[in-house]
Amino acid sequence: MTISADLSLAWPELILAVGALTLLVVGAFAPKQTALVGAGSVVVLLAAALASATQPFGVAFGGGLISDAAATFAKVAIYLASAVAIPLGQSWFARRGVKAFEFPVLILLASLGMGMMVGSGDLISLYMGVELQSLALYVLAAMHRDNAKASEAGLKYFVLGALSSGLLLYGASLIYGFAGSTLYSEIALSAGAEGNTGLLFGLVFLICGIAFKVSAAPFHMWTPDVYEGAPTPVVAFFAAAPKLAAMVLFARVLGDGFAAAADQWQQILVVLAIASVAVGAFAGLVQSNIKRLWAYSSIANVGYAVLGLSSGTAEGVQAMLMFMVLYMIDVTGFFACLAALSRGGRSMETLQDMAGLIKERPAIALAMTVFALSALGLPPFSGFFGKYYVFKAALDAGLWGPAVFGLVGSVVAAFYYLRLIKAMWFDTSPGATDKPPVEANAIALVAAVFTFPVVIIALRGLDGLAGQAARAFGLV
Amino acid sequence: MPLLSLITYTPLLGLLGILTLRLMGKPEDPATSTGARWIALITTMATLALSVLLVARFNPNDPGFQFVEEAPWFAGLYYRMGVDGISVLFVLLTAFLMPICIAASWKSIETRVPEYMMAFLLLETLVIGVFCALDLVLFYAFFEFGLVPMFLIIGIWGGQRRVYAAFKFFLYTLLGSVLMLAAILFMIGSTGTSSIPELMQYKFEADVQTWLWLAFFASFAVKMPMWPVHTWLPDAHVEAPTAGSVFLAGILLKMGGYGFLRFSLPMFPNASDLFTPLIFALSAIAVVYTSLVAFRQTDVKKLIAYSSVAHMGLVTMGIFSGNVQGEQGAIYQMLSHGVISGALFLCVGVIYDRMHTREIKLYGGLVTRMPVYAAVFMLFTMGNVGLPGTSGFVGEILTMVGVYQISTWTAIAATSGVILSAVYMLTLYRAVVFGTITNPKLETITDLNWREMAIFVPLIVATLYMGLQPNSVFDLTAASVDQLVQTYQAAIGGAHP
Repeated sequence: MTISADLSLAWPELILAVGALTLLVVGAFAPKQTALVGAGSVVVLLAAALASATQPFGVAFGGGLISDAAATFAKVAIYLASAVAIPLGQSWFARRGVKAFEFPVLILLASLGMGMMVGSGDLISLYMGVELQSLALYVLAAMHRDNAKASEAGLKYFVLGALSSGLLLYGASLIYGFAGSTLYSEIALSAGAEGNTGLLFGLVFLICGIAFKVSAAPFHMWTPDVYEGAPTPVVAFFAAAPKLAAMVLFARVLGDGFAAAADQWQQILVVLAIASVAVGAFAGLVQSNIKRLWAYSSIANVGYAVLGLSSGTAEGVQAMLMFMVLYMIDVTGFFACLAALSRGGRSMETLQDMAGLIKERPAIALAMTVFALSALGLPPFSGFFGKYYVFKAALDAGLWGPAVFGLVGSVVAAFYYLRLIKAMWFDTSPGATDKPPVEANAIALVAAVFTFPVVIIALRGLDGLAGQAARAFGLV
Repeated sequence: MPLLSLITYTPLLGLLGILTLRLMGKPEDPATSTGARWIALITTMATLALSVLLVARFNPNDPGFQFVEEAPWFAGLYYRMGVDGISVLFVLLTAFLMPICIAASWKSIETRVPEYMMAFLLLETLVIGVFCALDLVLFYAFFEFGLVPMFLIIGIWGGQRRVYAAFKFFLYTLLGSVLMLAAILFMIGSTGTSSIPELMQYKFEADVQTWLWLAFFASFAVKMPMWPVHTWLPDAHVEAPTAGSVFLAGILLKMGGYGFLRFSLPMFPNASDLFTPLIFALSAIAVVYTSLVAFRQTDVKKLIAYSSVAHMGLVTMGIFSGNVQGEQGAIYQMLSHGVISGALFLCVGVIYDRMHTREIKLYGGLVTRMPVYAAVFMLFTMGNVGLPGTSGFVGEILTMVGVYQISTWTAIAATSGVILSAVYMLTLYRAVVFGTITNPKLETITDLNWREMAIFVPLIVATLYMGLQPNSVFDLTAASVDQLVQTYQAAIGGAHP
């Protein structure tokens, strides 16, 4: 294969890499032009999404980069979600007097990393993608430099993230040692062989490393602190796209590389799923900070996505993809609401702050109610349909116990979503809120309208796309 | 013309209208509130008119589903709507009670009127959707979403312990429903279809039926509510505003009974047969025990709430008796209870609006100041007791005839429940209406005004009409009920002829 043929499969990544570096240079020479850099980044991301959507399928760079239906599906979703985060963050930082042109550039770099993750064909490109994405996210978490909590969040995220990268790398090296190749397609041949315990050993480490990235319990410890400390629009970004990227990577490694060992990893994933649902549901009950609350909610929701994947079938992968895409929109919208709200210039982050919001800001309060009910998994909101796919896949695969446990867990978690709704609807407001910024308001409302009722129609299209994507992996 | 969708979504149009008004105007603007009231009343009346049209065009000789609408949705699911003889009257009941709920809240709800009206309109759409849905997931969506408006109605406009009651209501019913969701997913996975009419023909293995039946039971028993999972109901009723109670008792409770008729009996006949003793036992306990509990209540609303649980016990008995009398009686009892218990809660609302207390001992001697009210309250008290001539009698007698053929002892328990209902209802009536006025605040109480009369007149007419002309209802339900009973008896081998 010629280099030009290889490159033709890497168009979206090329656009992102060149775009990010160019905009970095622009920003370095004209640091005042944050708006220009921001707009440029959005254009680059949209171009990358378009390039992904129209890209031919194939394998490039000796198997290191894969372009298939799954990669396309994930990339389009990731790039669009990233593009939404840029205007949200820029106006948030501007209102707090932080002029940082690095913000959009870092998002571009993180997106590039995510694009590589979902299209990785071997362990090397996997690790490169994960690291590129993670390093950008560490910096983003600490972006609000003058804020002690943000710096704390960034540091915690970095230290624990480095640990997990170490686990990941260790697992990858074990797998390489026992399989003799870093290519998933080669690993798949060894995975089927009897008695290859060393390979499974490596797989366990690899799963632990990825579980950390998706914040599945018991590797979730960083999530509440980072969510609480990091700037709200940054949370809006990394609660959405990176989770999808890591879940797709999960499916890719397990499906392409270890389909033959499905019985083994299924057990690990079931444990991860149950632990995540339990931690997310119970620990969330005592939170009063909404960002921490949503961190536990995201842990529980990742548990559902992992449950879908643990069924070890193409149906399960499709369930995971549907769930994650719908969850992404939900969580982005929710944090857009939080970013839009402030009282006297101070962010509103606790449950008490939300008291009586329905009277102050009916549209945003209604949107937040929709997102909370959707995260609860109540029909007809998008979150229900995501859970519908996940539980159906789990039941079809015979995972009775975990599915029922997950359903009961969602009832426990319902309590804290209801507390938020109770605060907004039942309590009396302590005072007027500031006028919400246009972008955050618009993003929140568009996401809410998608969560219900647009999702009812959109499901038909998404179902087919996710189904095609799921069949790209080595699972049946 | 997709009549069912039209009926279902007409209230949503009103909701959108009120939402627009609300987002454009200032909060607590009196003009917005008045507009919201009128929009709500007009849309519910329009829905009622369409429902009457539906019943008029319904073919009573066809036991199958009519007015069927079908469109593909996602992942093999369909948007399917349709009504048969069992569900068509519940649609009418919902549409009938709704304008009454709106009118009953006209004056008594003063805060956040647009939100209140929107919650009720949403509730109407969802409940009608439950009775019309012919696809499992669609049914579940309507069934489950109904929790949200009810949660808000109890939590915002309720009494003292409203937050506690709202949470209890929501979490109780949600826990029941998620188990049903697991069963629904299993059914779709194993049969490959989510169509309710197709699943009614499908024969599940006997042991699978047992599990599925239990999962559905978990949901419907909480909704119904059956003893011992009824404890959310008195709390929710006491704290809900009057119209909320009317809707809860009149319509929401019927979703449990409807669920048993639509799912448990036709889809899992062997399991239903297996569990009939359990249902009979729980129902008998409910009838006797909750009647006794009702007798000892000091709060008017709580008393009527416990009386609802007792009456629902009769309904579950009738449903699981598996013969024509039992089913007809249960359906009739549900329709009648919808009207009568709704009216009783309205009666309580009338005096609550004037006195702002529900303590029985603070009333007494109302007949001297409110003669018209005393007469109206008397009629519905008698209806609740099951006096011949009122709709309550027809349902109770048929249910007991049906149950008697299966189990004498259960029928005896049911009969004692009827006697006990006379005991607590007449005691309540005597304490509130008769006697001399002891509370000085009652001296100036006023009788029903024209708005309240207008609310009661249709309810009085319905109670008496259903009491004197029961055949007009049976004609509509007969074909579907006969078919239900025939397939049920065929499936269980005709053990109970």
